[in-house]
Amino acid sequence: MIEVIRKLGRWGLGAFERLGRGHLFLLQILQGVPGLFSRPSLVIQQLYSVGVLSAFLIMIAGLFVGMVLALQGYYTLVDFGAEESLGVLVSLSLVRELGPVVSGLLFAGRAGSALTAEIGLMKSTEQLSGMEMMAVDPIRRVIAPRFVAGVISMPLLAAIFSAVGIMGGALVGHELLGVDDGAFWSQMQVKTDWYDDVVNGMIKSVVFGVVVTWIALFEGYDATPTSEGVGRATTRTVVHSAFAILGLDFVLTALMFGE
Amino acid sequence: MPLIKIRDLHFNRGDKVIFAGVNIDIYRGKITAIMGPSGTGKTTLLRLIGGQLRPDKGTIEVDGQNVHELSHSELYELRKRIGMLFQSGALLTDINVFDNVAFPIREHTKLPERIIRDLVIMKLQAVGLRCAREFMPNELSGGMARRVALARAVALDPMMIMYDEPFTGQDPISMGTLVNLIHRMNKAMGLTSIVVSHDVAEAAEIADHIYLLSEGKVIEEGSPIQLKRSSSQWVQQFMQGLPDGPVPFHYPGVGFKEDLLAQEVSM
Repeated sequence: MIEVIRKLGRWGLGAFERLGRGHLFLLQILQGVPGLFSRPSLVIQQLYSVGVLSAFLIMIAGLFVGMVLALQGYYTLVDFGAEESLGVLVSLSLVRELGPVVSGLLFAGRAGSALTAEIGLMKSTEQLSGMEMMAVDPIRRVIAPRFVAGVISMPLLAAIFSAVGIMGGALVGHELLGVDDGAFWSQMQVKTDWYDDVVNGMIKSVVFGVVVTWIALFEGYDATPTSEGVGRATTRTVVHSAFAILGLDFVLTALMFGE
Repeated sequence: MPLIKIRDLHFNRGDKVIFAGVNIDIYRGKITAIMGPSGTGKTTLLRLIGGQLRPDKGTIEVDGQNVHELSHSELYELRKRIGMLFQSGALLTDINVFDNVAFPIREHTKLPERIIRDLVIMKLQAVGLRCAREFMPNELSGGMARRVALARAVALDPMMIMYDEPFTGQDPISMGTLVNLIHRMNKAMGLTSIVVSHDVAEAAEIADHIYLLSEGKVIEEGSPIQLKRSSSQWVQQFMQGLPDGPVPFHYPGVGFKEDLLAQEVSM
């Protein structure tokens, strides 16, 4: 019994210590961000590998999610004769929820895991240590540009996801199910509010971008410098990011859309 | 006055004592070898000198500055004057040889690309890899990678270089090349070199002074000739690479006979 309590205590202390290290790490990253204004090329490089290379996956996923939404929504709405509201259903679902959340989960799987693996391998091959000894701060030179790139990419990817999803929904609604094109778009335009829906959705995606990129970079930086350690860190990035996205989504939704 | 002065250095990793009162002086312009069996903390010593680790007790002064009392920016200023050659080379794997050598120059100077190109070519010429500058790190052999790392370590013309196990895992030709390079560069550039190694013959060939470390302490120090003539059995065992002696062949534990007759099977 005592041993169980001891193990629990050790685990708890370890978890809190790691949480503290993670927050100090974030603080160090934020201190490194202003220096990037004088070297934008570092961020642009990372925008390509973190954002552009994730865009295709996001577009494909967005297209299919939009199409499925239209199908599912139509069969429910048609029972009430409200199939012309399909555009509203698709757009609100995507812009408020599915856009930020699904693109966040995909971003964690595609870009987050790649970031963790890259940083973890740089650590295990002493590249980060080598930089320190060359008087180049790896947090400012390697980590901060990736963080900024992740935070910029995530809302853009969520916007692409929602836009492509709405197009997929329109395609299915109009071409396959015969919903009136004008009703689909005009209802969507009237019922989708710029601030309440679009901006709130964007805020969510920025928050997810910060959290996922932070988790991914910290896991890589804190990884045990062995192949097994890097593998575990990559898995942790995906799992922790998914939990963080889903948990934060609930909190943010309650704050934004609750009365 | 020594360039590096280490006094009463204590360092533990968890419960394991790595250093327990080490005193070392590294003199300017000399090649000093730090030797000892694997696991004695030789690499840890380099990390302590470079300020990547903090001692539990004691001081390390580099060029008159106490490394562990410096601020973040002061430490980074000091590191600009220190080159380090890692055992793995620690080359940046996503850029080619040329860009690796140019990396510290681009990071710390605002020199035009034309001058950077000339500087990099000169450094690569010194290590014999000028014509390999387009190679990516994964296209290099272990010896070549270390030579590129050496060119990078001297890119900013440092006052000293720390070599972490430079000869480990090298074929005889690469080893000879590295021995020659370390010796030649130290002389030509007026450097101070610290070579951490357990390759006795190679380190003794180029070192002006050797420190032998074991169990957290300096066991012996002196010139290679003095160490070869040492009356200490431990020093003789290490310098001649004898399999048994004060450092036993068998890891200490229960006797062989008792172990064979033991009833309990523990896996």
